[in-house]
Amino acid sequence: MSTNNNIAQARKLVEQLRIEAGIERIKVSKAAADLMSYCEQHARNDPLLVGVPTSENPFKDKKPCIIL
Amino acid sequence: MGEMDTLKKEADGLKAQIEAGRKAVNDTTMATLASGVAAAPRVQLKNRKTLKGHLAKIYGLHWSADNRHMVSASQDGKLLIWDTYTGNKVYAVPLKSSWVMSCSMAPSGNLVASGGLDNMCTIANIKGASPKTLRELDAHEGYLSHSRFLNDSEILTASGDTTCCLWDLETGKQKVIYKSHVGDCMCLAVSPDQNTFISGACDSSAKLWDIRDGGCKQTFIGHTSDINAIAFYPSGTAVITGSDDCTLKMYDLRADQEVNGYQDAALNAGVTSVSLSSSGRLIFAGYDNFNCNIWDSLKAEKVGVLSGHDNRVSCIGVPDDGLGVCTGSWDSFLKIWN
Repeated sequence: MSTNNNIAQARKLVEQLRIEAGIERIKVSKAAADLMSYCEQHARNDPLLVGVPTSENPFKDKKPCIIL
Repeated sequence: MGEMDTLKKEADGLKAQIEAGRKAVNDTTMATLASGVAAAPRVQLKNRKTLKGHLAKIYGLHWSADNRHMVSASQDGKLLIWDTYTGNKVYAVPLKSSWVMSCSMAPSGNLVASGGLDNMCTIANIKGASPKTLRELDAHEGYLSHSRFLNDSEILTASGDTTCCLWDLETGKQKVIYKSHVGDCMCLAVSPDQNTFISGACDSSAKLWDIRDGGCKQTFIGHTSDINAIAFYPSGTAVITGSDDCTLKMYDLRADQEVNGYQDAALNAGVTSVSLSSSGRLIFAGYDNFNCNIWDSLKAEKVGVLSGHDNRVSCIGVPDDGLGVCTGSWDSFLKIWN
């Protein structure tokens, strides 16, 4: 019967919500500070942020060199 | 119905409890904290390569772990594997069904997966003399929207049947089924430590799952329409989602809530795809309006744009070494930028 189905679904939802309600949360200030710190630490190694020197750019079009 | 009423009351009570718990730790905003951070440089990336070869809309792309090869899927009925350094096509894998919606490559580079409206995930081995179909994973009751390999013997899939699934490639059978979404699952991303994954769905929520036990650990709400794209922040402690509601959001896993939002009143195109630079500072988001916007993930400001496609940007990816970003479009081209 669809009523039993609805009850089963409702029970599952309550079970899931219980799990989610029970987790421990850290303060947004700490979470955000950690994310910012991660960015900062890795920024100088982020090629798209600091730029890729032409000589090391694997995607650059390889044009034939003319040696004068 | 007595029991239904009791259950509904309990559910409402728990939802209120969750909201209160989130509010209790919401002591500041990322915007406030990031105001002291130096602005990201104005990002001007150039189109270095245009990969031409598909004959119809491109629906998916995935970089190889070797940072050089890439697989793309198009509704011309083919997967193409590219050498992005030369721009050459290395393999072409013909698909039984041309209604493909996604593709992925295993970290080993030996296998590729594809699937779509055929409700199946087809695994092909590309390292033989010619690509060979290894497995057809056939149990989802809806379209295959996304897939990601954990290794050569396990793959995660997301489906329009509202479930995600972990498959054993040796047997071709489902190992774990992840059930909790109430709308089509549109995307998934695996955590850097491979213990968890996140999924985004048409029920406007993103869910964090334990890969091994199948349990949903957390649910993130806030979007007001389908979540089409999702990615882990490189630290593994936050996720970025892109939605048909034209915004992106950053959810922190440990604070269990949204900590930043990326929107622009002038933007009224849905987000189709998302990828991050290696430090996490830059978010690349593809939109329905043919562009890819670049966002500063901390300050939530637009810092650049990738324009050049003549149709919707349907997929984006940054290789593990972070040396470039690739956009794939309904205009049938892939473009590499850095």
